[in-house]
Amino acid sequence: MAIAQATIDSVGEATDKYKYGFVTEIEMDRAPRGLSEDTVRFISAKKGEPEWLLEWRLKAYRHWLTMTEPTWAKVGYPPIDYQDSYYYSAPKSDADRPKSLDEIDPKLLETYEKLGISLKEQEFLAGVRNVAIDAVFDSVSVATTFKDRLEKDGIIFCSISEAVKKHPELVKKYIGSVVPYSDNFFATLNSAVFTDGSFCYIPKGVRCPMELSTYFRINASETGQFERTLIIADEGSYVSYLEGCTAPQRDENQLHAAVVELIALDDAEIKYSTVQNWYPGDEEGKGGIYNFVTKRGVCEKRAKISWTQVETGSAITWKYPSCILKGDDSVGEFFSIAITNNRQQADTGTKMLHIGKNTRSRIIAKGISAGRSQSTYRGQVRINAMAQGARNYTQCDSLLIGDKCGAHTVPYIESKNRSARVEHEATTSKVSDDQLFYCRQRGIPQEDALTLIVNGFCREVLQELPMEFAVEAQKLVGISLEGSVG
Amino acid sequence: MTTTRDNGLLADHTNLAAALPGAGAPWLDALRADGAKRFAGLGLPTRKDEAWKYTDLSALARSRFAPCCGAAPAPRSPEIPAPLVADGPQAVFINGRFDAELSTLGGAPEGVTALPLAQAMTQEPKLLESYLGRVAELGRKPLVALNTAWLADGFVLHLAGGVTLTRPIELVFWGDACAGDDRSAWHPRHLIVLDPSARATVVERHIGRPGGHFANSVTEIAVAAGAALRHYRMQDEPGDAAHIATTEVVLSAGAAYEGFVLSTGAALARNQIAVTLQGEGATASVNGAYMGRASQITDTTTLIDHAAPGCTSSQTYKGVLDERSRGVFQGRIVVRKDAQKSDGHQSNRAILLSDRAEIDAKPELEIYADDVKCGHGATAGELDDDALFYLRARGIPEHEARGLLIDAFIDGAIGEITHETVREAFRQRAEAWRQGGAA
Repeated sequence: MAIAQATIDSVGEATDKYKYGFVTEIEMDRAPRGLSEDTVRFISAKKGEPEWLLEWRLKAYRHWLTMTEPTWAKVGYPPIDYQDSYYYSAPKSDADRPKSLDEIDPKLLETYEKLGISLKEQEFLAGVRNVAIDAVFDSVSVATTFKDRLEKDGIIFCSISEAVKKHPELVKKYIGSVVPYSDNFFATLNSAVFTDGSFCYIPKGVRCPMELSTYFRINASETGQFERTLIIADEGSYVSYLEGCTAPQRDENQLHAAVVELIALDDAEIKYSTVQNWYPGDEEGKGGIYNFVTKRGVCEKRAKISWTQVETGSAITWKYPSCILKGDDSVGEFFSIAITNNRQQADTGTKMLHIGKNTRSRIIAKGISAGRSQSTYRGQVRINAMAQGARNYTQCDSLLIGDKCGAHTVPYIESKNRSARVEHEATTSKVSDDQLFYCRQRGIPQEDALTLIVNGFCREVLQELPMEFAVEAQKLVGISLEGSVG
Repeated sequence: MTTTRDNGLLADHTNLAAALPGAGAPWLDALRADGAKRFAGLGLPTRKDEAWKYTDLSALARSRFAPCCGAAPAPRSPEIPAPLVADGPQAVFINGRFDAELSTLGGAPEGVTALPLAQAMTQEPKLLESYLGRVAELGRKPLVALNTAWLADGFVLHLAGGVTLTRPIELVFWGDACAGDDRSAWHPRHLIVLDPSARATVVERHIGRPGGHFANSVTEIAVAAGAALRHYRMQDEPGDAAHIATTEVVLSAGAAYEGFVLSTGAALARNQIAVTLQGEGATASVNGAYMGRASQITDTTTLIDHAAPGCTSSQTYKGVLDERSRGVFQGRIVVRKDAQKSDGHQSNRAILLSDRAEIDAKPELEIYADDVKCGHGATAGELDDDALFYLRARGIPEHEARGLLIDAFIDGAIGEITHETVREAFRQRAEAWRQGGAA
């Protein structure tokens, strides 16, 4: 009940449509506009990378030149001119990197405070539930909190650039092992020009004492953001990881092509939660982020990877967090809420590849379309011939609000094993008049009633989110649907 | 793609088409030429085409086909079964061509036109001109284009308003290719037109002898307001045949279509059906069962297009796959923008009986209206161990118990057939298939 009240309050509070749309004025250091081998070399040199990584980037870039942009997703957008964008943009102060938070550009700190992530407070206040944050501003990681506490347990949590320098053996071993440089158009582009991202390593048998989090912020204009996240959970370890993102309100479309690789070794567990709130564009579909993201994890024996996502932002979302269930008895989960309004387009879902014996996967996807938006669930469940006793359960529900939006479901179900059990269920319906009437009759205004009903519809997924995110996500549900009734 | 262009499927079209029945009628010449042109441009679909992702036609593309000649090759004595409904009308087609001697159509009742397409070209040109190629528009459909290029024979049924056909009309297709080394292909084209409030039942049976033939049929169906058609197909082609059947249906207001396909035969079978619910309150019940063994590929592809408000569609499919067989199910429900109050449901359940069998399912929903109730379900698995144990505990031998469970499972789809005699015949065929296997 308290949560429902919080939801109602949050809707009332939210007078702003997109409250993260501000721009921070700080000096920027940029690569020349456009993309070429020189751009790749420039980025690599800026980061002081070893030769092998530059070679890997160049290999990816050359491969990218031979690829064509995928067109199978149910999204439409004018062709992207990849030469008309900046591929590297960093706050100027990066030249002499801050040693501690005190040296960080106060403007940056302000930005994060506006976003509700106070890096300083986090550092000083030892609360019961702390969250270690790696903040990525445009292309580079600006601050990571709680490093000392984490180091005690042997946990490495830093930006990927730092990891390349300090732990090259780990990066070299795992980067591209789940999402190879040649994987797909956007992942290959990312491999060539990725600028930063988070790196996380949990040693054997360690249960990470706090939630790890990265907050991504695109600030500069005409800039693409290409971050790369690599999380390695060694045998028997556990980590819960949160990812959040926002961007200023601009008339142009900005490209965000990230890659996330998760590696869960034997008996390890990774819980990866995302609240994606990139700027979605205005009511007429002007501006907004193109969010073309590749996320994939591999599970070794008895390992578990759980993806939870709340997708409310971006003009276009193209995202399929996947699990390769390689080890016997491994488990993959995908919980998703995708909310689209106005002219947003979302084509999102998951892939569960069952390779090992007795592998299990569960997919719960909730899509909510309002305004003139289009939302598609696209997923694949594949049971290989050797996956004895594999089990999958999929449930996709779509809710339509208004008669100008669309909701689509495109699942691919492939089973090559007799003993495997695969179940898929999908429904599409609208918010029932009876439910709305029931709420209205009890004096709940129309918009609040809708938010209540939608929150109820999403409950199964919201429950999976860590507490900090669940509250934010519930508010987002309310804000995203604003103006969709009446 | 280049292989399909010179593998004989379209060989010598310009000359041969001039000798086809009805040649000389400008609309027909143009239609055939359009089909040939489109197929030449498209070629046989490959797995790169999303609609053919799971079904590979490359073996067909690599085959050599004998030219599509005007006269049907003389068959060895065909074995035509008795009609399912005793003394019912039966039209027999040998290698895609109507055979008057073997058929027992009898005199058509008042208001009923039932005759082979070749004959209809002279007797009912207006009817053909207004429907052929219009229900099944050519678009980017290579197999419909190929069929249209060779459009020559098939069955035409037209019922005037309010007429009811009490006995089902049965169409038997006997395939027995004897073209030597090359494979034979035929492209039957059927047209069923029901005027307002008419009612009919059509049963198709596809049988024959091994000879590697390729039957590529297209059926166009237009059901006018308040009319109802029941359309049942038993596909039992020989084990080396390729069978691709395209059925396209347009339903007017309050019209009803009930379809069922029992697919047990052919090395490669694809039953694709597209139903457009064009008038308010139309209903479509599209069901089927597919059973495969050896290395059979059985593909079911459906498209139910809710284009008008207040329509209802339901689909129930069941599959049993043994040995190295593969089942493919692609089902799509589209609800267009103004098709409010649409109700569309679909279920596909498959049982794998062997470690090497495979099922690929792609149930799709594409919804552009909000006031709808749509859903689909798909499952894959093996026979329920608990149910098997229950039967075994009661002294039923394993072999029999498995048989019972398979029959019961398939019956869940066959039970949708509303014509009692046909339902019974389809049930028997499914049981016979099950007993024919090394269970």
